[in-house]
Amino acid sequence: MPDPRLRVLALYPDLMNIYADRGNLLLLERRCAWRGIGFSLLGAGLGDLLDPEAADLYYIGGGQDRDQRLCAYDLAEHKGEALHEAAARGAVVLAVCGGYQLLGRSYQLAGETLPGVGLLDCNTVRTEDGAVLGSGDRLIGNVAIEVQLERMAEPQVLAGFENHGGRTHLGPAARPLGKVLRGLGNNGNDGLEGGRAGKVIGTYLHGPLLPKNVWFADWLIATAIGADEPLAPLDDRLERLAHLEARRAAGI
Amino acid sequence: MTLLGPKIVAARAVGGLARRAGRGGGTSLPGKLLVGLDRHAIGELAGRLPDGCAVVSATNGKTTTAAMTASVLKRRGLRLVHNRAGSNMTGGVASALLDAAGPGGEIEGQLGLFEVDEFWLGRLVAELRPRAILLSNLFRDQLDRYGELEATADRWAVMMASLPANTTLVLNADDPLIGDLGRVSSGTEARVRYYGIEDSSVAAAQMQHAADSKHCRRCGHLYRYEAIYLGHLGVYECENCGGRRPTPSVAAEHIRLEGTRTASFELRCPRGRARVALPLPGLYNVYNALGAAALCLELGTGLDAVAEGLEVVTAAFGRAERLAIGPVEVAILLMKNPAGANEILRTLALEGGELDVLAVLNDGVADGRDVSWIWDADFELLQGRARRITCAGRRAGELAVRLKYAGLPTERLRVITSLPEALDAALAGASSERLYVLPTYTALLELRHELAARGHTEPFWR
Repeated sequence: MPDPRLRVLALYPDLMNIYADRGNLLLLERRCAWRGIGFSLLGAGLGDLLDPEAADLYYIGGGQDRDQRLCAYDLAEHKGEALHEAAARGAVVLAVCGGYQLLGRSYQLAGETLPGVGLLDCNTVRTEDGAVLGSGDRLIGNVAIEVQLERMAEPQVLAGFENHGGRTHLGPAARPLGKVLRGLGNNGNDGLEGGRAGKVIGTYLHGPLLPKNVWFADWLIATAIGADEPLAPLDDRLERLAHLEARRAAGI
Repeated sequence: MTLLGPKIVAARAVGGLARRAGRGGGTSLPGKLLVGLDRHAIGELAGRLPDGCAVVSATNGKTTTAAMTASVLKRRGLRLVHNRAGSNMTGGVASALLDAAGPGGEIEGQLGLFEVDEFWLGRLVAELRPRAILLSNLFRDQLDRYGELEATADRWAVMMASLPANTTLVLNADDPLIGDLGRVSSGTEARVRYYGIEDSSVAAAQMQHAADSKHCRRCGHLYRYEAIYLGHLGVYECENCGGRRPTPSVAAEHIRLEGTRTASFELRCPRGRARVALPLPGLYNVYNALGAAALCLELGTGLDAVAEGLEVVTAAFGRAERLAIGPVEVAILLMKNPAGANEILRTLALEGGELDVLAVLNDGVADGRDVSWIWDADFELLQGRARRITCAGRRAGELAVRLKYAGLPTERLRVITSLPEALDAALAGASSERLYVLPTYTALLELRHELAARGHTEPFWR
């Protein structure tokens, strides 16, 4: 494989994929390929052990309640420690929606508290039960947030879609990923969205996130491979259009 | 009950005004008004149908399956009350009944045939008290509106448990979520009939990415599939708890898929066998026809009459519908979720030569405001098969990005957000003399308005 190269490991790719999470992985793959950056994709499912050295970027998406529950216990039992080691050695961890909830300390459901990995200092609580249509209990809609990341001269906008029953509150050791410009964010109250601790990033933005925000895909690639120089530019005319559409859908 | 008459007159008058004004939602508005005036109007009117009613629900194929059922039953001479325009929530069902009701509330029609939105099934079944319910599939669909698939299946299971004894359930054995409902209903007196495909030659090599419910509904263990026909539909078994696909009594065998136009199969039922030549393409339409056949057989139709009725079915609104615009033949194929889109793409891939395609992605409530589903659909199937793809609609740019990352060369993609302009460009450039239009639901409505304005077709609710 050519050097530099990006090694991605998707956690539970066949269970935690409900909001077309493969779109995020596809973006990373193609944008690396077009630049001559090597790319490899591994998966780790239920019961598999995780190698903390195996990847530069660990990805976990969202899942149905039952699948998310299975993964929560598996993650805590079989993979949590390795994921901590991976983060400690500087790997990027990107968690979307249900995956974000599992990166926190715990996820409290009506009758049960799911364990979290504790990579982010946050807790998630859910009060409602399943029903969506006509229910105001879930946080659903287009969303846009403003983020300020390292090596980016100016604040940038991430646009996407959120659909979550859980409300997430950050603790003192976690920073938000961004502030809500339009939409609901972590809990619909504090104007914050997502959580960060170093290169560990959690967010409720799916839709999927990266095709609508290729600047962020590139930032993740550059961060994960430790690029010294900016990545080579690509022809992103269509991607910019998709970004503007997502922003417009959110109302900015 | 005597008070229903004036309410019918009032609802119809207001609905008629809206319809003449050309307002959207013309198919469901009068019914909404009627239910607003009398919340049990649906039950009261449906109760006056001498032959009762039948209900069809699924994620994909409701409108076509109901159209196929209607085609068969009408040839038997049955007068139907049918929400054929696909308006399938409370308002649409009530409107169909309202259209058939006289000023005193008497009903012009013998049998009700209603396609029902999966979310509203429980409530509408409680009102309609159907003699037969056909449930054909559950796929990942519009998560912002319906929520998770498992939640829909759970709601259906609750409904099952309270069905009266004289109900027959016609279930697709090949969908584990549907097949398992037969087990849930075993606590009631409802009768269960299963249908399914029995032809390993049409099985897919592997499960599609967007496949759902790969895990046993009873114990959570991964299913083992002997054959996968479509999405997660196939011949499955749980090696952990022994749960398995029920044996279908009505089956499709010896299937032949013939490009984007036709398909045929042998219909097997306890009464015998008949070859069915469908004027519609794709394995998904074989499933639709099979479900319709099982329902019609259950409603007392003879095997030959079922086969004959299926052979003369015409495409439902926007479902493989065809029309000629100048020298170009336009085929309209509604796409609304990954499983449905995959079947359309799979069928397009059967066509030889390079395709001209107009794909229209909107993000209205009826489309799903969340357009993430396009990343679950296998647009990769168009690799090397598209001459030109015009992307239109409110999320045209994202659709173009999806196609770009699916491996289609960007010089074959163009974005024209405005539907009328995109249609002109796509028609002008359609050198293959055939244009495939793939709209989402609200885009389909827009397209029909646009075509009607150009004199090509009537608005669908007339």
